[in-house]
Amino acid sequence: MLRQLHSLPGLIAALFVIVLTVTGAILSLDPALERAGTTVPAAGQISVAELAGRVAEHYPGAEQIERTPSGTLIVYYTQDGQVGADRVDPRTGQAIAPYEPSPFSRWVKNLHRSLLLDMPGRAVAGITALAMIVLAISGAMLLAARLGGWRQLLRPVRGTLSQRLHIELGRAAILGLLLSGLTGSYLSATTFGLAPEGVEAEPEFPLEVAGGPPAAIDTLPALKATDLSDLRALVYPYPDEPTDIYSLGTDQGAGYIDQASGEWLSYLPHDATHKFHEFIYMLHTGEGLWWLGLILGQAALMVPVMAVTGPIIWWKRQRSKPKLAANSGPNTADSVILVGSESNTTWGFARTLHDSLVREGHRVHTAPMNRLASRYRGAKRLFILTATYGDGDAPASANRFLARLEKITRTPELPVAVLGFGDRQFPQFCGFAKKVETALTAKGWPQLLPLDTIDRQSTQEFARWGNAVGKVLGIELTLVHTPVRPRTTPLELAERVDYGADVQAPTAVLRFKAPEGGGRSGLLSRLLGRTGLPPFEAGDLVGILPPNSPVPRFYSLASASKDGTLEICVRQHPSGLCSGFLHALPIGGTIDAFIQPNPNFRPASGKAPIVLIGAGTGIGPLVGFIRHNKAHQAMHLYWGGRNPQSDFLYEPELNVYLEDRRLTKLNTTFSRVDERAYVQDKLIANGPELRWLIEKGAQILVCGGRDMAKNVMAALNDIVAPLGMDVATLKAQGRYREDVY
Amino acid sequence: MKRLTLALALSLAAAIALPALAQARDVTFNTELINYGGDGAYVALYLTDADGQYQGTLWIAGEKSKYYKHLRDWARGSGQRSSEYDGLTGASVGNGRTLNITLDIADELIDAGYEVRVDTAVEDMRDNRADVVVPLTTEGAGKSVSGRGYVQSFHYTF
Repeated sequence: MLRQLHSLPGLIAALFVIVLTVTGAILSLDPALERAGTTVPAAGQISVAELAGRVAEHYPGAEQIERTPSGTLIVYYTQDGQVGADRVDPRTGQAIAPYEPSPFSRWVKNLHRSLLLDMPGRAVAGITALAMIVLAISGAMLLAARLGGWRQLLRPVRGTLSQRLHIELGRAAILGLLLSGLTGSYLSATTFGLAPEGVEAEPEFPLEVAGGPPAAIDTLPALKATDLSDLRALVYPYPDEPTDIYSLGTDQGAGYIDQASGEWLSYLPHDATHKFHEFIYMLHTGEGLWWLGLILGQAALMVPVMAVTGPIIWWKRQRSKPKLAANSGPNTADSVILVGSESNTTWGFARTLHDSLVREGHRVHTAPMNRLASRYRGAKRLFILTATYGDGDAPASANRFLARLEKITRTPELPVAVLGFGDRQFPQFCGFAKKVETALTAKGWPQLLPLDTIDRQSTQEFARWGNAVGKVLGIELTLVHTPVRPRTTPLELAERVDYGADVQAPTAVLRFKAPEGGGRSGLLSRLLGRTGLPPFEAGDLVGILPPNSPVPRFYSLASASKDGTLEICVRQHPSGLCSGFLHALPIGGTIDAFIQPNPNFRPASGKAPIVLIGAGTGIGPLVGFIRHNKAHQAMHLYWGGRNPQSDFLYEPELNVYLEDRRLTKLNTTFSRVDERAYVQDKLIANGPELRWLIEKGAQILVCGGRDMAKNVMAALNDIVAPLGMDVATLKAQGRYREDVY
Repeated sequence: MKRLTLALALSLAAAIALPALAQARDVTFNTELINYGGDGAYVALYLTDADGQYQGTLWIAGEKSKYYKHLRDWARGSGQRSSEYDGLTGASVGNGRTLNITLDIADELIDAGYEVRVDTAVEDMRDNRADVVVPLTTEGAGKSVSGRGYVQSFHYTF
């Protein structure tokens, strides 16, 4: 619901929002530029009478003096029958330049407030301003929900590039956008008479004017008593017309002044509503508050990026939504499947179950968990397949499930089977599925099957669960879940370096290139620096499909696509299908590969030191990070191998990086030498130094096998304990990240 | 082209002199604006006596009454009372465009010392009081005069 409230107005208003914010950002420069080109005397320095006296020396035919909110003074005059307008210096009354409002600014302003379509355009602009408010508020709420509460709003965010851009920029701009949206909506409402605008003071014209001989303008008491900084407009009487009068408008009010006595003939202050309107106008335009204008302009500039990334995020989410064949209605189905999914992978499993049950002749209703109904008339069984989000929280399509469950007063006679999807690496493995199971039990729902879990999308575990389901239903239920085969790119092995043959750990660094003669390697592509490789960064994963297997194997990438090669580090396992295939691959041999982004596994930018920890082939992405450390951020590498003579991966490169300071310190350990030690031993030996680095805000990136990762975590828990923290704290702060296999 | 019957709120003396408005004729006022380079101009056409005293409104181009105060002389004379311009308003006039208004004008107002005046105003630009001042006479009909503000040329024809 909240997500729809965000994406629907976002998609509809995206184009208009872009127009309004780009024009708004351009207009926001005007007050600052105007202010920069103007001398503004301090309040109390110059009176309107003084200024008018100085202007009179240069402009005998002055008709009107106007002061803009930014302090520019404009004198309108007639000279030899010709009319003109000049910007003047407040200290001398002398012309600075002719006053010519920029036609470009005027055009941009009209585009901004009416899309050049007059009243209908103004209505659209007003609605767009309202949409901005809705987007800002719903966006903040979504973000708070995603990060686990309003207090966590400033925590680092993870996700794809689009998601991070959308969130980071939105977070930076939200206050400005909210202010622009609110003030814009108010101004639009006044245009359409939906909000009061107040009235500018319009004093009565004096009926009687004495008509005495005019006095010199700089002697008039009412003008002397008015400070220049309060001036809005001074309109002169016609020359040689003794009954005509001065009309003076100020920030406080307006009135008429006798040209002989120089006293007010009438005066009326602006009403409070009008002052409020002007204040809002100032907040919206920055006219008279140039610095705020610049801030709002900056915030507005973020919006076009968000208006592009937003629909991209939406589109990706839509595309990965499963399309279900033969989905029955909630009251006609005999089996109901409810799905809790954040990134939609769980939907894939749900579809496999759905299709298998349909094939067996069942009528199946599959829906998000948030659509839990209080009653399914014909249902005999309910399956709940859910992932977990963050620390045991509900994923997007299930975030209202528990509340809805709570509201169901009469527990139906509907046996439930809950299946959790998760990753055992995380402490809250299938935490939400467990919560759901507990809540259902507490409400007395009958159980079809006890809670089961699937680790890391294991198709085998899923098939096993399918067998259990089949047994309960008295049918043969085979759940063959094939993840959709991703679109792959052919790559050609260009180079390989082999290590470790002597220590029974044959390991190879493999570098792949896009095959020559591919459509994308033309002259233009080369000029544009295209490598023919799909885009990726060091730390992302490459999925490689070995021949005769539909299941991809993933390897961490040691290079970025801009390096021109795709580099991985692979150890040959005795019975490894894919590692065997890769190790046997000759130069020029090709593989089918695709990229799986892993944006969470990256060194944080900034000044904080980075501690890289790995063992064996886990060095791959870590070397990639070091290679791209052009900013010379402090990087400490801890790495463990077997024997420095045989499997010291990347030894020459690492020495180069040490020399040119891309790598600050190299700590190696080897397990097949006399002083055998593992990487965690080295960590413990260097405990004080590591503690000091962590105190300085260091981020830790771990890559390697699961056992090593477990030992490293234990060692680090001991190391940081004196600081009153543990690895979980670091994880929550985004300062401890793992790529474990 | 706009047509309507003009019921001028004239001074008492003039009103008495009107024999039931029996004699009236169509007068077309043609106001062509220069390319002043701004948004739609507000234009007031009104009648004054020979001393410049406001007598009645002919036409206001521009729909938002909150901006009418910028038509300064007209505003002063009419007091901006809506009864002065009810039914006598239309859209503002764009850059270089021409405003054509046809009104039924009582014969008594022609050759009687009345003047037609035009005030003009544009957002963020100068206000022009008495952009055009021409006497309303048979002799003056069809003669173009140029204004001193945004009016390129002004003439009226019977």
